[in-house]
Order: sequence, then structure tokens, then C-alpha cells
Amino acid sequence: MPEYITAKEPFRFYTRKHLSELTGYRAATLQELRDTIKKVSGSCVYHHTHRFLQQHQHISPEPPNDFAYWITDVLGEDELGEKISSIDIIQFSTIRSLREKIVKTIDEYFKVKPSAKLKFAHPGEEFYFIKSVSFVLPTNYSVYTLSEFIDVLHKITIDSIYFHIFEARLRLEKADNDFSNWIEHSIGNQKLADEISRLDPYTYTLEDLRRTIIRIVERVMAV
Amino acid sequence: MTQIEDYIPIVGQSTIDDLRLLGERLGGIVIQNVNSTSVGGGVAEILSRMIPLLKDLNVDARWDLIKGGERFFEVTKKIHNALHGKVEDINKRDFDIFLETSQKNIEELVTYGDIVFVHDPQPIALIKKRSNNKWIWRCHVDVSSPRQRVWQFLMNFIVKYDSAVFSAPSFSQKLPIRQFLISPSIDPLSDKNKELPKETIDAVLKKYNIAQDKPIVTQISRFDRLKDPLGVIESYRQVKKYVDCQLILAGGTAADDPEGIRVLEEVQEKAKKDKDIHILLLPQSDIDVNALQRASTIIIQKSIKEGFGLTVAEALWKAKPVVASSVGGITLQIKHKHSGLLCHTIDGAAFALKQLLNSPEYAKKLGENGKEHVRNNFLITRHLKDYMLLFLALYHPEDIVYL
Repeated sequence: MPEYITAKEPFRFYTRKHLSELTGYRAATLQELRDTIKKVSGSCVYHHTHRFLQQHQHISPEPPNDFAYWITDVLGEDELGEKISSIDIIQFSTIRSLREKIVKTIDEYFKVKPSAKLKFAHPGEEFYFIKSVSFVLPTNYSVYTLSEFIDVLHKITIDSIYFHIFEARLRLEKADNDFSNWIEHSIGNQKLADEISRLDPYTYTLEDLRRTIIRIVERVMAV
Repeated sequence: MTQIEDYIPIVGQSTIDDLRLLGERLGGIVIQNVNSTSVGGGVAEILSRMIPLLKDLNVDARWDLIKGGERFFEVTKKIHNALHGKVEDINKRDFDIFLETSQKNIEELVTYGDIVFVHDPQPIALIKKRSNNKWIWRCHVDVSSPRQRVWQFLMNFIVKYDSAVFSAPSFSQKLPIRQFLISPSIDPLSDKNKELPKETIDAVLKKYNIAQDKPIVTQISRFDRLKDPLGVIESYRQVKKYVDCQLILAGGTAADDPEGIRVLEEVQEKAKKDKDIHILLLPQSDIDVNALQRASTIIIQKSIKEGFGLTVAEALWKAKPVVASSVGGITLQIKHKHSGLLCHTIDGAAFALKQLLNSPEYAKKLGENGKEHVRNNFLITRHLKDYMLLFLALYHPEDIVYL
């Protein structure tokens, strides 16, 4: 039975807390937004493409992307906002490549609609660039079996789920999320690992993601 | 006294566990908070709540006060207004008074903290005592458009700190030191925000002669032009043509604030022919504010300018649908059409009120979303987390910190 398989290595749950650091950069036009996206740190691009997930975790589905929100709601460029919010973040394994895609999307839009450069935000509605400072620390939970894994998944904070799913993969540039890594290499269940890898976590609220992962693992354990 | 465990039913055991993990990482570090008053004002209120909770998390947080006479505080009041962008007649003599009192505090106050956490401009000059310890300047004021002469005076001190903290992105300035964004918070267990029995709410309404026979729209704010109470009445009048409702404008005004008294008189004059408008000059009663918010169908906050606007978070925490101006920190608390409705004009506010009064299910959903948003982002537990991370950040310059 899958739930009795003991892992070669335990899975240690970590949690990640973030603090927002102000950069002093701001943009009032699309051109300024584009130029500043090019020069800010990766931690800043990461913040604005992931903040929404944590701060608005109860709203779904919602573009996890501050750039798209500002372009649509403040500049009124709905089409570009939609293009930016539809960028399939899960396909990018580095912040660098995600940044390039955002800039390229804006550049292409300028070619089709040069007048978009004329739009500007009213005072007070400018885009303020912020970066995430992440603090990663181990929790007291360490598990050897899928059964224990599910028990802990039920009770850890969503910050912990967030860290293992989003931050580990994109910001720490691991090939896959931590859960799939452990299930594949320590539990030896490639099929279950793949099933979790295939989830597009950007289309779930964090609580939905928790429930979905638990359901997938429980289904496999019941076989 | 409230303990950290008391928040478990509100934010969950795991959130408190994580706070304890952070507290452990700050073992042995003394955090010395310094401000100018132990009672009255938002800073004293938040410190008096947070310091016991930090201690409960095993963080050695302490609190000291600077001293100052009447003239010093007259000057710091002018500085405060100038930071808000108000034209103030501040002369060299004022700056001299500030520096003289600051010098006395520099001589008398012992800065023993491993981290000295200085709140607002009054104690800012203490940085001259800097030795090998870490220093943070916490700005609780909206400095999005400060008077430059005053800001440049303060800059002489600010640049000597390790870090500065602001409440909203738009308050940040170009600075050569690290600056962090930490929003203020509300305490769900305080008198202003705790659950109230229906009898208490009913008693408060009775006290102010407010019937519950029609929907109630409420703005809780001091009587100040920047809160636009006259605009609220105009919005209400537009709504009243279509939906029979009542309006509560409740707040205080300081006896020594002639402008506030003038605004109150204008509001009373504008409202006098409508028995469904209730103008309440509230004493400092948090339970009354709490009850009025809970009794309301919709909360409005039609500010023209706003520091952070925590009355919005208070309303959202009570799962109330909120209509609010898209200014200052309000935009952090409300995402338009998700956790409330934002507006820019009297007409826009009126339209939003009508929408919510006519679509109770939609209004309910916005209120529920708003409550969850506050639970995740604007409760005192998040504030504690941010402060502990801030203290840790002083020892870690990197963007990803492994503790």
C-alpha cells in the first residue's frame, strides 16, 4: 500500500515569510513601466508577478500579476492587460526569462498600438516598484510517509505550501516543485509526482491548491 | 491582557506557530522602541498592543519615551502638518527649539537596544547617539508630498539610519538607505473590532435614536474637509431618490480645531431638513464605533486624501461592503469589485451605493472577500510578523534569507 512506503529521505517542511522592500522606482506611463521592468532586480519582478497570489488568496481565478492589473485598471489598456495576465508563468523556469517575456509583450503591443505610449496614470495612481525579501525557515514538521505528508499538509500555513510550490521552482530555479521532487526521488512514485507537477498552481487559490494536492495524494493512497 | 494564543481562533494555530519560529530567531536581541508619548495617538496605541505580544513571542521588546515641553510639541505638530503637505510657517527659531530639545534627549536617554526603533519625527535626532547598534526610523505619516524645507531638515537625520519604514508605497521617497513597506493593522480583539452581542448594538442605536427600519449607510470619520462629509451627503441624496435609506456621519472633532467645528456646522446645516441623516459627534467610545459599523448596511469612506484609512479595514473586518475613494492606503485594502468598490467622485460613490443596496448578494460577497483580505493582510498578527522580519532584515542584506 502506498501509504506504508517509507521514504529514503524525510521531507522537511519549510515556511517562507516575505517582507516588502520599497525600491523608490515608480512609473506613470507604459514606456516607464517597460523600461523599469528591464532594470529592476529579479526579486522585484517576482514580487509583482506573485504578490497577488498570497495577498488575495481567497479570490480566484485572478491574474497573479500587478503589471496586468495596473495596465488594465489604471491605463485602461485592456488588451495588453489581458496579454500580460495570460502569460503562462508555469512555463518559465527563471525570473529572467519571465521578465523578457513581459517586456517583449509590451514591445509588440507598442508596434500594433503606438498610441498606448500616450496614456499616463493620474498622480497617486502610479506604479510603485516593490521587491520581495524572502525569509526561509524550517518548520518543526518532517515526514517519511505519504500518510504523514497529508497530515502535515492539512495543518501547515499556506506560506509553506507557497514556498514549496512557487518559490522553490521559479525563484530558487529548481526543475520542479519540492513535493514532486520528494515523491519521485524519495518515495519512488513517479506517477504521483508527475500528477502534482502537471497542476497549474497559478489558476488555484492557495487553499484550493492545498485541497487539490491532498485529494490527489489520497486518491493514490487508496489504490 | 491579550496573549498571542488568543489570536489562534482568528488566524489559526499554524500562523501563530510561524510567529513563534520567527521570535526564536530574535533571541537575545533587545529591541528598543522610542516615541514621544505613551498615551493618545495611533503610535502609542499600536505600541501598547504590540510590545506585550512581542514579549509573548520571546522577543525582548522595550519602550522608552523622549521628553519635550509645550514649545517642542508645537514645533513637532507643525512638522507633522508640513509632512502632510500643509503650508506651515516654520522658521529657524522652530528648528532651533527642535534641536535644543533633541539635544537634551540625546544627553538623557540611554539607547541600550541592539536595535533602536524610532517612531515618527519627534525623536528622529537621537540617531546622533548611534554606535554599533542598528537603527530604524518608522514613519507613520503620509509623506507622499511633504513640504520640502521640512523634509530636507529631516533628511539630515534619516540618511544616518540603517532603514526606514513607510505605510504605503506612495509614501516612499528616494533614499540612500533601505526602505520597507509595512502597513498598519487593526486588532480584532480590541473594543473597536471585537464581536459584539446584538443587545449592545441595539442599545447603541437606541442611544443615538437610530431606527433599524431602513438600510444604513455610515461614514466614520472626524469632521474634516479631507473626509468630504458634504460630498457624502450629496451622494446619499442621489441614492435616496431611488432607495429609501438613512445616513450616519459619525466622528469627533477636537475642541481646539476651529476648522473642524466649522465643517461640523456646515454638515449640520446641510443635513438639517432630513431626519434620515444622523450627525453624531461621538465621544471617544470604541464600542459605539464598533456597534455603528456592525449595524450598517454599507460603510462609505469618501476621503479626498487619506493616510492609510484604517476605518476601511475595520469595516471590512466586520464583513461590511465598503464604498471608498481610491486614495492613499485605501487602494491597498480594497481591490475594486473584489473586496469593495472604489470611487473618484460624488456621482461614482452614489452609483456604487445604489448598486450595493440593490444587490445584497453582491454586497455580501464583497464584504466576505474583504474580511478575508483583512484577515490575511491587515491584522495585528501580520504586523507582528513584519516587524520581526524587519528586525531580522537588518542583519541580512540579501533578498533570500535562510534562517
